[in-house]
Amino acid sequence: MADSMTQPSRNRASTGDDRPIGQPIDRVDGPLKVAGRATYAYEQTLGGTPAYGYIRGAAIARGRIAAIDTSAAERAPGVLFVMTHRNAPAQTAFGPSVTPTVPEAFTRARPMLANDRVRYYDEPVALVVAETFEAARAAADLIEVRYARESGVFDLHTHLDDAYAPIRTNAGFETDSAVGDFMGAFSRAAVKVDATYRTPYEHHNPMEPHATLAVWSGDEVTIHTSAQTLANYQAGLANTLGMPPERVRIVSPFIGGGFGSKLIVHADTVLAALAARVLARPVKIALTRQQMFANAGYRAEMIQQVRLGADPDGRLIAMGHDVHSATSRFEEFCEQTAVFARSLYAAPNRLTRHRLVGVDLNRGEWMRSPGEAPGMLAFECAMDELAERLGLDPIELRIRNEPSEDPERGVPFSTRNLVDCMREGARRFGWERRNPQPGCIREGRQLIGYGMAAAIRPNYIGATTARVAIDADGQVTAQLDMTDIGTGTYTILTQIAAESLGVPLSAVTVELGDSRFPRTSGSGGSWGAASTGSAIHRACAALKTRILEAARSNESSPLYGMDLAEASFVGGEVLVGERSENLADLIRRIAPEGIDAEGTVASVRETESYAAYSQHSYGAHFAEVAVDCDTGEIRMRRMLAVIGAGRILNAKTARSQILGGMTWGIGAALMEESVLDSRHGHFVNHDLAEYHVPVNGDVQDMQAVFLEEHDDKANPLGAKGLGELGVCGAGAAIANAVYNATGVRVREFPVTLDKLLPELPMVAI
Amino acid sequence: MQPFSYERAEEVRRAVAAVAVNPQARFISGGTNLLDLMKLGIERPTDVIDISRLPLDRIEAAEEGGLRIGAQVRNSDLAADPRVRARYPVLAQALLAGASGQIRNKASTAGNLLQRTRCYYFYDRNMPCNKREPGSGCAALEGLNRMHAVLGGSDACIAVHPSDMAVAMTALGARVETLSPSGDTRTIPITELHRLPGAEPHVETTLEHGEMIMAVTLPPPPAGRQIYRKVRDRASYAFALVSVAAIVAVSNGQVRSARIALGGVAPKPWRAVNAELALAGAPATERTYTQAADAALAGARGYGGNDFKIPLARRTLRYTLAAAGELV
Ligand SMILES: Cc1cc2nc3c(=O)[nH]c(=O)nc-3n(C[C@H](O)[C@H](O)[C@H](O)COP(=O)(O)OP(=O)(O)OC[C@H]3O[C@@H](n4cnc5c(N)ncnc54)[C@H](O)[C@@H]3O)c2cc1C
Ligand code: SF4
Repeated sequence: MADSMTQPSRNRASTGDDRPIGQPIDRVDGPLKVAGRATYAYEQTLGGTPAYGYIRGAAIARGRIAAIDTSAAERAPGVLFVMTHRNAPAQTAFGPSVTPTVPEAFTRARPMLANDRVRYYDEPVALVVAETFEAARAAADLIEVRYARESGVFDLHTHLDDAYAPIRTNAGFETDSAVGDFMGAFSRAAVKVDATYRTPYEHHNPMEPHATLAVWSGDEVTIHTSAQTLANYQAGLANTLGMPPERVRIVSPFIGGGFGSKLIVHADTVLAALAARVLARPVKIALTRQQMFANAGYRAEMIQQVRLGADPDGRLIAMGHDVHSATSRFEEFCEQTAVFARSLYAAPNRLTRHRLVGVDLNRGEWMRSPGEAPGMLAFECAMDELAERLGLDPIELRIRNEPSEDPERGVPFSTRNLVDCMREGARRFGWERRNPQPGCIREGRQLIGYGMAAAIRPNYIGATTARVAIDADGQVTAQLDMTDIGTGTYTILTQIAAESLGVPLSAVTVELGDSRFPRTSGSGGSWGAASTGSAIHRACAALKTRILEAARSNESSPLYGMDLAEASFVGGEVLVGERSENLADLIRRIAPEGIDAEGTVASVRETESYAAYSQHSYGAHFAEVAVDCDTGEIRMRRMLAVIGAGRILNAKTARSQILGGMTWGIGAALMEESVLDSRHGHFVNHDLAEYHVPVNGDVQDMQAVFLEEHDDKANPLGAKGLGELGVCGAGAAIANAVYNATGVRVREFPVTLDKLLPELPMVAI
Repeated sequence: MQPFSYERAEEVRRAVAAVAVNPQARFISGGTNLLDLMKLGIERPTDVIDISRLPLDRIEAAEEGGLRIGAQVRNSDLAADPRVRARYPVLAQALLAGASGQIRNKASTAGNLLQRTRCYYFYDRNMPCNKREPGSGCAALEGLNRMHAVLGGSDACIAVHPSDMAVAMTALGARVETLSPSGDTRTIPITELHRLPGAEPHVETTLEHGEMIMAVTLPPPPAGRQIYRKVRDRASYAFALVSVAAIVAVSNGQVRSARIALGGVAPKPWRAVNAELALAGAPATERTYTQAADAALAGARGYGGNDFKIPLARRTLRYTLAAAGELV
């Protein structure tokens, strides 16, 4: 990776800085991880010697199990138990296919091996549990299954006539929106773009596969797993097993990436819990990489029509974004692909629509930047096409369509610095060097191109409670059922607690990943930092109030009876006027058992500020690519993101989040595609050798810059979600750069060399 | 993966005998290909004979200025060898373009030659595949065949051989030394090591069962500039869509000789003899190189998803020949 991505930095705050928020603090969990001492789910050994499960998946995409013979597997060495639909313990039935309310999708029962139906390719048809993983896998191979195959629907393109409108999109947005008269205005527009883009199936592929160790004790089960959102896992498993959630404990302190694929329970968790109960012994199950392609969610294929109509000055008079997406026939998932467009640019006549086509796949799931990732890939390319048609610079086009208030909700923006981001980015990137005429800049055999795109993402807050306690040694412990999926949550929460209480970072321990801790939003939707950070901030405020209350009312307190309204907590001391008391000494006197307090934030939709303001984070992406004129190979040269996402809590982890998102942009623009074979209904390239994600060599000079702001409408911290913002628009900037380099507009993602080659002229040697 | 016995071979002849007696036995070297295939149940050996510690890991000078590369020489060691870097740069470049640093540290010379195709359907036991299960059909012919062969395929199989190293060795005119179960040694030109699929795609090489590769011998480097060019979907760690190993000697504006092999386009490393003939004695011009590239791809056939490989190979070859042929 380029040097610019690995600037070393010192942990300044640990050397006494009492304003740690915002500092580029190293990850507090970093040493554990690099030393291999962070224990991940599959490595857990709690609860005694575990047995190992291996899942056997269906060889067909739709039909029925006509016969299943497990006798050879049962006789195989080391095998303890073989579970199929014939002997699986009773579970709650799956329920209806449409899940109009969001909570239901997260928490519904997901029974496994429930009956003889096969609903998708590689759906579990049997589980073998054995003394070792190897024995289980070998035995799983001995199971003989005969299927009654039925034909399925897999092709989005040929089934567009069957499309239907869902009740809502993911995250509870309206399916359609319409303002003014889109059709009329579009047909009258002087300059138009009407372009259809295809975005492919994609898979999350976190480094750590989905894995669970289930340990029963009486009628309570502890699930060591890799989860982003413990509450969902707890509710989902409890609902599946038909037991009270209090008897399900989820533990997930370290997670090797999730990207939205670990928001709900999957086969590993449900089957491990079932088998461990039957065997009265801990059971471990992990999905294999190949199994993850069928059993752990995906982003659906979409066909997106973007229609933009402008007057000759480049002011949009009509804006339409129509999305057709594939969805599982047995459980609907509608990515909110066109929703961002409702807030991005001004235009008096507007139309956004989401339609679904049912296919015989497992359910789609939330994948990094659901909605914006595929939606902005299409829409921000269409803006580039419009700019060219107008003869306008793409940044200028966007500036001309900057709205003064949210164009569909009619409320003011809390903060919005998109224009600043674009201008600052243009300056830093050397945008003026871009030649608006595509295909003109050649260095040796390389065609060079520049592209840009805007970024926007809604700010979400999930209901969250955090508990903070201080003991007589002045040590602070924060507990909440939040997760750190590699984003830096442990670190930023440590910073917030340390700053709020005026104690050094070393005095704070943040404990995450246990459903026994107070309930949080979990990690998802880039809302973790804002939600849990705000809750910690409030918990610390409540704790300070309690400490001062005790200090004032406790006779053994040195501050007994004083007016403490102006007291502050700084540098491990409590300051009252000229007086300074050591915080630990004070606690020892007034509360030798320690003191704790809780803090809470409500879901964003329940706040007045959400109704009154349009809250988003913004950014501008810039990309420079080189395209080989002989082979069409596309290689990144530079990327820059300028980001406005409220207050930055940790400059280092924030930057890492944005760089990671931009890397996803490279994948989406140039590489990632799960190819669905419509004859067999399976993802053909279901491993990391053939499902390409960017490798270090693909990530060259990459910069992220923050325009700091404080969004006081968003939450008490003034911070907004940012992780996924790095993805939004990043791919479009790259695709636009490829166009600028070559003059070839590829509207089918990913943009690979085979799609460029037919249009690339032979260049004399 | 099925249970299997594992034995670490101490001695070459014993290793050969141990495999020869059992049709289900396999040599294992770095294991970077065989183990993956075993985990997926595509290879199901009952006995695995580990030959990775046999003393076949030397790179030695051979007669007449050539180089003899032991079968167990690791890909990374071979790429770093000063003699290879100085005299056979096309081989060093090809090795370093392959796989990842970690895999190259494990991968052996013989294992690299004998690695199996990456055809997606070959890797999925639920799919028809004549190579994996003779007679079951070929899912790639009418399925996803973006990575598949445009030269040398058959109606039974269009899988490509994925090696980069072998393409460079083919251009260099390497010879493969083997030891048979009968105790005979023989030397096979590398172009005769792999077979075209015909009606029997599961028979991939001309080696008999239990025959061990002992070494690969390179003749003295041919005259001319050597270039390996690998075209792939990302900057690193991807198999070749198309690759070219070219060695072109030019003097006085004329091509004296050319050695050309293509990768990623055929079931075996593809020596482009027609193109070599087209070049010999021709003026070293863009036109000549373009014609040679056309000649190399004459007779190529696409199957839909891989149609692009024909122009891609042509264009890549044209430019690489020009670069090796001192036009750029
Ligand atoms: C993710 C990934 C990416 C890769 N990318 C590339 C790439 O870009 N380019 C490329 O060229 N390769 C690539 N490879 C393949 C890699 O080069 C091969 O896996 C490796 O060279 C095989 O060598 P090995 O020693 O590990 O073979 P093994 O796996 O040990 O053996 C392979 C086969 O050779 C047989 N064998 C081994 N030694 C002998 C011998 N002396 N005599 C007879 N038979 C023998 C074995 O029985 C087995 O059938 C990649 C591999 C992976 C996993
Ligand atoms: S191309 Fe060859 S390896 Fe691939 S499916 Fe067809 S027969 Fe099997």
